[in-house]
Amino acid sequence: MRLRFRFSKVGKIRWTSHRDLARMWERAFRRVELPLAYTVGFSPRPKVSFGLALPTGYESVAEYLDVELDPSRVAGIDVFALPPLLSAALPAGVDVTAAAVIDDKSLSLQHEVTSSEWDVEFAAGTDAARLRELAGEALAATALVVTRERKGHAVEEDVRPAILSLTVVETTGVAPTLLAELAAQPRALRPSEMLAAVAPDATVVRVRRLTQWISRADGAREEPLAAALPPDALADAPPAIELERV
Amino acid sequence: MSSLSLWEQIEPLLAGVQKPARYIGCEEGAVEPAHAPHKVAWLLLYPDSYEVGLPNQGLQILYEILNERDDAVAERSYAPWVDMERSLRARGLPLFSLETHRPAAAFDLLAFNLSAELVYTNVLNCVDLAGVPVRAAERRPDDPLVCAGGHCAFNPEPLADFVDLFVMGDGEEVIAEITEVVGEWKASGRTEGSREHVLRELSKVPGVYVPSMYDVEYDGERLVAVTPRYPDVPATVEKRTIADLADFPYPRQQLVPLTEVVHDRLNVEIFRGCTRGCRFCQAGMITRPVRERPAAQVRQMVSDGLKRTGYDEVSLTSLSSADYSGIDEVVGGIINDPACGGQVSVSLPSLRVDAYTVGIASEIAKVRRTGLTFAPEGGTWRIRQVISKLIREEDLYGAVESAFSEGWQRVKLYFLTGLPTETDEDTNGILELARNCVTIGRKHSNRVSVVASVGGFVPKPHTPFQWFGQNTVEELTRKIHLLKDGARHAKGVQLKWHDPKATLAEGIASRGDRRIGKVIETVWRRGGTFQEWSEFFDVALWTEAMAEHGLSLDWYVYRHRTEDEVLPWDHISAGLHKDFLWQDWQDALHEHGTPDCRWTPCYDCGACTGFGIEHVVASATPPAGGSQGTGQDLASGGFVPVELVGTRRA
Repeated sequence: MRLRFRFSKVGKIRWTSHRDLARMWERAFRRVELPLAYTVGFSPRPKVSFGLALPTGYESVAEYLDVELDPSRVAGIDVFALPPLLSAALPAGVDVTAAAVIDDKSLSLQHEVTSSEWDVEFAAGTDAARLRELAGEALAATALVVTRERKGHAVEEDVRPAILSLTVVETTGVAPTLLAELAAQPRALRPSEMLAAVAPDATVVRVRRLTQWISRADGAREEPLAAALPPDALADAPPAIELERV
Repeated sequence: MSSLSLWEQIEPLLAGVQKPARYIGCEEGAVEPAHAPHKVAWLLLYPDSYEVGLPNQGLQILYEILNERDDAVAERSYAPWVDMERSLRARGLPLFSLETHRPAAAFDLLAFNLSAELVYTNVLNCVDLAGVPVRAAERRPDDPLVCAGGHCAFNPEPLADFVDLFVMGDGEEVIAEITEVVGEWKASGRTEGSREHVLRELSKVPGVYVPSMYDVEYDGERLVAVTPRYPDVPATVEKRTIADLADFPYPRQQLVPLTEVVHDRLNVEIFRGCTRGCRFCQAGMITRPVRERPAAQVRQMVSDGLKRTGYDEVSLTSLSSADYSGIDEVVGGIINDPACGGQVSVSLPSLRVDAYTVGIASEIAKVRRTGLTFAPEGGTWRIRQVISKLIREEDLYGAVESAFSEGWQRVKLYFLTGLPTETDEDTNGILELARNCVTIGRKHSNRVSVVASVGGFVPKPHTPFQWFGQNTVEELTRKIHLLKDGARHAKGVQLKWHDPKATLAEGIASRGDRRIGKVIETVWRRGGTFQEWSEFFDVALWTEAMAEHGLSLDWYVYRHRTEDEVLPWDHISAGLHKDFLWQDWQDALHEHGTPDCRWTPCYDCGACTGFGIEHVVASATPPAGGSQGTGQDLASGGFVPVELVGTRRA
């Protein structure tokens, strides 16, 4: 049986790395005694698979994680009860906001997710009009070539196709923010790479992932937890539950 | 009081430093204490990086005990890595606590754990980064008291100019007494002139040493005396010893780090102290007597700890864990306890060298078989009698045979070189042992390897070798070359060695007197922090500072001390009689080993008798299967009962 969890990572804990987060989850699963399936071999590892890595220092309210349970020990597991249990076993700032059974045959998060929506917060005093101008220029450009390091070599890459949308949000009295949807396929463009191409001089104070999207062939898009539930599995699997964040 | 928090200024720096999770706190088990004017605020500092410092059990024990008190709060800090230090200094920000991110100088005490000499420059750096004068004499009443404890505090003199008070021995009880004295000082308003008064009061607390209350007299290079300046200040400071570990089941809330650290697992201390009597080992000498934790409490701490932390590995810590009475029952209880999930691995640091121990190890290392480590320390039986590490070749070969036959592929052997009376035959004996271990292993598998790890010996205070002149860098280098040459022809033997230059620097600080303080300060002022780290260690900083201050390496490091000499730590007592240590030193020179006194008659070292306590052991029977110092058949070729315990679970 496979389970998918959605969770957030906000506050001081954002300074931990993706690897750190994986260890926190392993300990949390043991604390709540969730019977994970293990790989076989010299050094058995629990079958846990994370979606797109969240860069150290970024926040998110839309992180996902799939786990496989030991099929011989799943009886009596209440999926509804898991989010609050796991949140209590995870460090402050990591909260599980939804859980559901997913199809054993569903693709991994890494393959399924097509884009992420990000909220980029700038330093106080950042000029919103200038930001809007830069975003407009970037969207109007046919190509935005950046140089980045890859396996020790400098490679040139056009990041324009991966920038799906840019919206500058202005609120009176506070610094402007930028909502950006960035493609996750064929590789996930990071907000820092987008910013280097669009607004290299702006000072960023906080970046938060708001949503991960799975786009269907027909153009419709869904978030991974909803999308992962095939209609016929819904009958016997408990539905995804949402927890109100207090 | 959250207005004191520097978090708003610190957080913007985190994007620009390596491993920012080191600076956020938030570990499971951490508490954000409520500071109050009537509470004494301790900042517990480990003067090395977060990864090295966080697992320190001593610091965690005191952290909990202090935070349980109504009149104290405790937070933690670690030496910021060099990139973070640069960022802090560039913005004029001070060292801060991890829990509430308040400035270090806002605490009443900065308490350092001294576990190694090469961290001394980091102590100065942390004090300076806190915005506190590094020299104790320059501190004002509104500056915190700088306190230090831990093994290296047993020779406090090299840091005497920088530390207001040292604590000798176990800290569990004495921190309460210090808190009370400091609490009165705090309540009095810390007025002008009160600092001298509180230090004098503290110097009367048993186990506390206040260097500024003592005059030091020299005759040329020679130290003549360290004497109290006032009649109510003790001439000798005796260490503190807790009689029963069962009274202190700490840590109850072991910190679970959010990021990678060394020893990232549950740690449960199963006994304190060691009576093996290895003469090079300061830890074994200064922590006597042996005090075992009751087995039931060990089991409880393990099962509670695993449940609370989510760890799947527990380390049963002590100076020689296989010596715990009934270790096999305790270990078996843990791995077979269904409450532990059946997926728990147990590790025993400091394995004794014998097949019996390997039997236990093979039971507990069910899946993760990385390597086994043994510490014969010396290459020949002769030198092992000199150092009183009474392992016979048969013990080692039996252990290695068991290890390889049980499926281990890699065995690591720890050795010391530069030991008293060491000849080239002893040095070469290291390779001989390693080669023979490979031969044994090749019977089982062609892939086996043996790593011989060789460290340079630094004589330590309060040990029988405190009189011994350390080998020079040149001599240690020559011995390592000897080994390197030999290792070229020894198939399957991999040689690793410690930098002899670092051994020299450690030697300067290890047995230095108060004059070495200037050297430490100079090394620090020239940027010599993180000297435990090879990428930052620079021996020239040390040797140049010695020369500059007119201090001789030969006097401080290389020469043998004489019996009549006043040693810089003679006014500090770890309970051991000086004449016992001298006799043990003479026995060493006569190649006579001293057996473990748990199972042989007392030879009156002073540790038990002086304190009116005894070894607290659960069993009076020596552990089975080992000859080492247990009073069993010590003659070479004598009978060693080798037997594997239990069977490994599939």
